[in-house]
Amino acid sequence: MNERPPAAPKPLSPFIAQIPTLASGLMFLYFLRFIEPVSAGETIRIAWEWAPSLGVSLSFIIDGLSLIFALLITGIGAIIFLYSNSYLGKKPQFDRFILFLFAFELSMLGLVLADNLIALFVFWELTTVTSYLLIGFNHAEPRSRRNALQALLVTGMGGLALLAGLILMGSVAGTFEISEINAQGDVLREHALYTAITILVLAGAFTKSAQIPFHFWLPNAMAAPTPVSAYLHSATMVKAGVYLMARLHPSLSGTDLWLWSLTIAGAITAVWASILALRQRDLKQALAYTTLMALGALTLFLAADATIAITAAATFLVVHSLYKAALFLVVGCVDQQTGTREVTRLRGLGRAMPITAAAAAISGLSMAGFPPLIGFIGKELKYKGALAVASEPVFVAAAALLANALMVAVAAILVWRVFYSKAPPADPTPIAKTPGEPAISMWIGPVLLAALGLAFGVAPGLIGEILIEPAVIAISGGAADVELKIWHGVNLPLILSIVTFALGGLIYAYHVPIRRWLIAMERSLFDMDRFWDRFMDGLKALAAWQTRILQSGVLRLYLMTVFATIAFGLIGTWVAVGAAAPTLAALGSELASVPVKHYAIAALLVAGAVTTLVARSRIAAIAGLGVVGIAVALFFIVFGAPDVAITQLLVETLVVVLVAVALLRLPLLENDPGPLKRPAAALVAIAMGVMASLLVIAATRGPLDLTLTAFFQEASWPQAFGRNIVNVILVDFRAIDTFGEIAVVVVAALGAFALLKGVGARRPAGGDADAAHAPAHDGALERAALKQTEAAEADR
Amino acid sequence: MNSMILVTGTRYLIWMLLLFSFFMLLRGHNEPGGGFIGGLLGATGFVLFSLACGPEAARKQLYFNPEAIAMVGLGVALGAGLAAALFADAFFTGQWLFLGGSETEKGFPLSTVLVFDIGVYLVVMGSVMSLVFALEEEG
Repeated sequence: MNERPPAAPKPLSPFIAQIPTLASGLMFLYFLRFIEPVSAGETIRIAWEWAPSLGVSLSFIIDGLSLIFALLITGIGAIIFLYSNSYLGKKPQFDRFILFLFAFELSMLGLVLADNLIALFVFWELTTVTSYLLIGFNHAEPRSRRNALQALLVTGMGGLALLAGLILMGSVAGTFEISEINAQGDVLREHALYTAITILVLAGAFTKSAQIPFHFWLPNAMAAPTPVSAYLHSATMVKAGVYLMARLHPSLSGTDLWLWSLTIAGAITAVWASILALRQRDLKQALAYTTLMALGALTLFLAADATIAITAAATFLVVHSLYKAALFLVVGCVDQQTGTREVTRLRGLGRAMPITAAAAAISGLSMAGFPPLIGFIGKELKYKGALAVASEPVFVAAAALLANALMVAVAAILVWRVFYSKAPPADPTPIAKTPGEPAISMWIGPVLLAALGLAFGVAPGLIGEILIEPAVIAISGGAADVELKIWHGVNLPLILSIVTFALGGLIYAYHVPIRRWLIAMERSLFDMDRFWDRFMDGLKALAAWQTRILQSGVLRLYLMTVFATIAFGLIGTWVAVGAAAPTLAALGSELASVPVKHYAIAALLVAGAVTTLVARSRIAAIAGLGVVGIAVALFFIVFGAPDVAITQLLVETLVVVLVAVALLRLPLLENDPGPLKRPAAALVAIAMGVMASLLVIAATRGPLDLTLTAFFQEASWPQAFGRNIVNVILVDFRAIDTFGEIAVVVVAALGAFALLKGVGARRPAGGDADAAHAPAHDGALERAALKQTEAAEADR
Repeated sequence: MNSMILVTGTRYLIWMLLLFSFFMLLRGHNEPGGGFIGGLLGATGFVLFSLACGPEAARKQLYFNPEAIAMVGLGVALGAGLAAALFADAFFTGQWLFLGGSETEKGFPLSTVLVFDIGVYLVVMGSVMSLVFALEEEG
């Protein structure tokens, strides 16, 4: 309640801050060692049993696909950590940031290495949670929080669909091991549940990889600090969906459903996102939309079965990760040096920061697909892959061409305009700082990534056969022969490339009027982001409405609602399934065989109940209830369950004491609660009693399964050295259950303690400043207490 | 409540109830009883004391904070479960030691299962006491 000033943040020791950098670098080197065996066709598998009874194991696989991802994650991860230390190192909560980012890296690594569907899902959700923390890192800003929550909810909903899909998949295939499932793809494809599985899995993949119509969260996730965007949107988070589609490609692809959903979603996302990228003025936003384009393209090329299309996807995956991470980091440098990311304000930065500019230029050329960069090879492969798609080559090629031409234009805007153009900026507002070259730890990353893009382009053999080929084999599930080359002679893909450059140049020349037109157009278009807000508002209104209906704050109504629902729900089911008549018929024979002493106990029980009903004071009513409880305990003794009976007696005693203590503070119960309330309560009570009796009779009518009883009688002494079966079960055989229960007991006691003490302590301080600061739910609690008092007074 | 008889009687009853609760706790493995019943019995003793002499005196008599007792109990139970890891067994596998055991004689049994039951005892007793005290002291 007393607001303490926030403690001065302790700066993180630079040595500790570099631990993740070092760890990522070492992991990168570790994974490099696997290139040799994997390119020789080996698959390395490491497995531990986790929950063997459920078929869940902690198993990891290193094949071409997971190796490529692992190298990207750890390699780019090391660069990002190094960069973050300079970019964010002096910000408060940097320690937390590093922790989140490292946790994210490890979850992502687990995701791409997991060979078990359930393990994969757990890592999948871990990336969702950690990315939520990262996107919302600037949690003081409402926009940041909102966007983080949006990303969490959209990918979380997809995650639920994915879980359902994976469980169905595992039950159809009979195993949760991915390598075993991929070995029997035809079984899945011919199964009746194939359609459901595919739709559910794709729902997970599409939300994670931001395919239209789930794309809106990705540009919003730019609220994160730039290193996070660079990491999440180049090699990791958003590629998880692409990874999943690639990983399950051998089992799920090859059908019309797969082909068309991926083709359509991918093509629309790629083209639409590239157009929107042109519209952005914020450099980071523009990059976010080009990420969407890349994800669309990857999805598009995973749709087909053709080896060359998959090669295009695998190559473009590497291409995109390299240039996108570099460009994001460059944007971070520009932002830090100039204080703005508005493309209309930035011009000719190349002179002030030549090294950063060079890295940006090379990465931009790779993005636009110019030779001799790896981006060129990626683009050529895309055209070849598109033309090889058997069903709709023209559609796929046209989508690829349009998206690539737009990429050329966006690359020109991002790099040429910002760093090298001499034309005066469109927005003449001067930038606040004098830009200069950033620290070496910040430009070394982009330079390294750009250099790799150049090296792989000049010497494609560096990755072609040893990295891309094993990945293609892993995705397609069959043999493949990959040879990456810069020069294929004059052929259709080359001609398409030239058309791309021309079209891109044309778009760049007219990009200012196009952008103006796009901005004007946008208002009339359906906006998923606004729709999301309305959807969330609706959800909250629904929650508020049903809370108002159900949470009256009057204890008696709560009890009535709960009991009425149970009683009438069960009786209704009973009648509906036609089980009521035989049970009622059995009632007669049951009653005839009851011994006299049972009748005596039953009479005691009924007497207690009647006392409760006619009692004029609460204390008498409670004592009557106590009699009922003791009668029940007598039944337990008669049927040979002394433990249960003792417990029942003790609980009954304590309940009477507790309720008596509580009731001393309530007004006396002098009169009936009114003519209308009693019949309703009686009806619910009788229904509850009838239901419980019927339930017992129905339960005892069936043959009693004694397997468990027999097992415990047999095993209790030799295995657990105890003769009291009840206790042995509680503390030994099912000790974890008991542990959960006592944890609940403690939580309940603490909760009740907090409620009683909290309300009691605040009461004397009625309307002072303290109460005004009290959190909202405490207010609700007091209102509820007030309502109850009012109701009790109305009763009188 | 100011009843001389109740106050005087309680002074003796509480020790008997507590002793009985330990007895129930320890015999639980072979005869009716156990941590849950023992904990309830122990709590009953203190509830009686608190009714007779007031919650303040009962708190003093209990010495430890009831919430703390419940928490410690949970920790003890968890520790009993974790102890299995020391013997390379699955979580909550009972570990037994028979003092002075021989070929024919079983010896005096000690086990993590008993430790676990003691944890249950403390949790139940602490939780009930916490509730009763909070209710009595309220308002």
